[in-house]
Amino acid sequence: MTGLVGAVVEAWDELRLHKMRVLLALIGVAAAVTAITAVTAAVEMLAQGFTEQDERFNGRQVTLSVDAWATSPDVQADTAALDATYATALERYGITYASRDMYTQVPFRFPGGTRPTETRAVDPDLGVMQRIGVTEGRWFTDADLQTFAPVVVVNEVFLESLGVSGLASRPTVLLGDASPVRATIVGVTPRMWQGEGPSVFVLYDQLARWYTPADPEWGPTVPSLKVWVPPEAADDLAPRLQRDVVAALPGWEVQINDNRSMGSSGLDGAARWVALGVGAFALFLGGLGLVNIALVTVRHRIREIGIRRSFGATSGRIFFGVLMESVVATVVAGVVGVVLAVAVVKNIPVDFLFGGGIQDMPPFPVSAAAVGMVCATAVGALAGLLPATVAVRVKVIDAIRY
Amino acid sequence: MSLLELSGVTRSVRLPDDRLLEILRGVTLSVDTGEHVAVVGRSGTGKSTLLNILGLLDAPTDGEYLLEGTPIGRLSARERTRRRGEDFGFVFQQFNLLAGRTALENVAAPLMYARGGQFWRRKTLAAQMLDRVGLGDRLDTMPEKLSGGEQQRVAIARALVRGPRVILADEPTGALDVETGQEVMGLLDEIASMTGAALVTITHDLAVAARAQRHYRLTEGVLVPVDLGGAGHEWVGDVPTVHGARSLPGAVRGVPELGPSVPAQVQP
Repeated sequence: MTGLVGAVVEAWDELRLHKMRVLLALIGVAAAVTAITAVTAAVEMLAQGFTEQDERFNGRQVTLSVDAWATSPDVQADTAALDATYATALERYGITYASRDMYTQVPFRFPGGTRPTETRAVDPDLGVMQRIGVTEGRWFTDADLQTFAPVVVVNEVFLESLGVSGLASRPTVLLGDASPVRATIVGVTPRMWQGEGPSVFVLYDQLARWYTPADPEWGPTVPSLKVWVPPEAADDLAPRLQRDVVAALPGWEVQINDNRSMGSSGLDGAARWVALGVGAFALFLGGLGLVNIALVTVRHRIREIGIRRSFGATSGRIFFGVLMESVVATVVAGVVGVVLAVAVVKNIPVDFLFGGGIQDMPPFPVSAAAVGMVCATAVGALAGLLPATVAVRVKVIDAIRY
Repeated sequence: MSLLELSGVTRSVRLPDDRLLEILRGVTLSVDTGEHVAVVGRSGTGKSTLLNILGLLDAPTDGEYLLEGTPIGRLSARERTRRRGEDFGFVFQQFNLLAGRTALENVAAPLMYARGGQFWRRKTLAAQMLDRVGLGDRLDTMPEKLSGGEQQRVAIARALVRGPRVILADEPTGALDVETGQEVMGLLDEIASMTGAALVTITHDLAVAARAQRHYRLTEGVLVPVDLGGAGHEWVGDVPTVHGARSLPGAVRGVPELGPSVPAQVQP
């Protein structure tokens, strides 16, 4: 026990005594640990950013989409039966998150006149399912389903086209052409790309109540049903849903898609390997610097080693002591590296890098920090082996006279 | 049973040209607890080698060395190291203090290799020992800020801090002026007597050697007893003699001026 404590105390004393040398030697190690940890964290953020971006378009994993289209213009859609089928299926299969989703054109009245506007008729759950964020106001809630007058969530371009600067004035807009209804704007979604046109989200039931879109030339349309389900349930659920909808829509083509083949999971693994590679290389270089300085230091300490041997220090203790100096030093460097990594990660301009920010910020990669620490300690031990071997091969008598 | 006992000890090394250099030849010496023994001799006669063997830093090529009756040849390297740390304290001519460490840290250094209470109370014990050598107010002073005499007192405190049974002093006054050397030797004698440790001093200085109870001369690797009988001796040729009987030109009392070192015998 005293031997171990003594060796650690000795190692710490040595480091204290040679602060500058140690500092210079350890910059590389600390930088490497910072690199491993910070880059891994950045990669995880990047991966999360990509995932969220992907989920905004394709929904969270796994989202099943039931799409139906008429096989001929003469086929009629029993929308009431379809809605009932959807509701029954959700209840029967215990689906928590589901939304109807229909892309259509709806006339809205702007200062320049009424014009058809890109509109998605949805249910409130879609906000969670596709991470629809708002820059101002809010997304739909279940309470909105109870309101008689429609509420809408518009994009920034829509608001600008309306000549309104924000939601403070509780702006409204006229929906429909022949007998328009006044809809309240409750939220604003961010601009997604340059040249984007005005677009609107509206609750499906409210739209159906207040506006009947003209059927396109190719026939009637019905909303898709999107459900967010656990991956393990998706395969089992898909054919059942398809079967239920086919039964409700005779003469319609029904297809079911899932979003598992989409996404950016490949980036995660590849980028992490690149990060670890960069960190490992930096750690290797740091280790080389450490070996170099440790060897020079041991040669300068030959006399001291001889004196310590005269005190009764065994060769094992000398070996362990020199090794521990290196290990203690790299552990300290590892801690510094992790602290630096935390500082770097906390200050990554997420909004700037991942436009729109990240909703679910990945936690600090403790595993990467631990890997960095373990690697740093291992490098310290390896870097200490050579000088420690040199130290024990010193002849005591020669060392004292050195 | 003597504390240390050398019997017919020889130490030789093989030179690069394959000849055998005999540094010590048939050395026989015994040292008892609390005894003060001095060994005098010219440079190169094997004094330091003798001290290294006594302190378990080196091993005889031939002959027997008994440490409290135990042949050291039977001890493992680890056991020899342990006994060296526990039983021996070294005082070197050049002090050999650890650079960058305070006086306190230097004195505490041997206790880093001790066990139990000695290890855990190392700073307290070191401070007490420095106080005993009169440096209680210089605990945090770096060695380079201390005078030569003070540095040697730190070295003495360091040699004694583990309570050794034998103090091996290799030219302890060699780097000090006469007066300081006498003070340091007085201190060493006093503390060795108080602790009951045996003191083996190797020196050129006959005045220093004369403080011992028994005296030996080492010439060409051969150890012979001599009687210095007190201070005031000088070297005449190879033989120490009483001051005034025969005088070597240029010799100063107590600080012998030696001629060229006498090489040890080389055998083909």
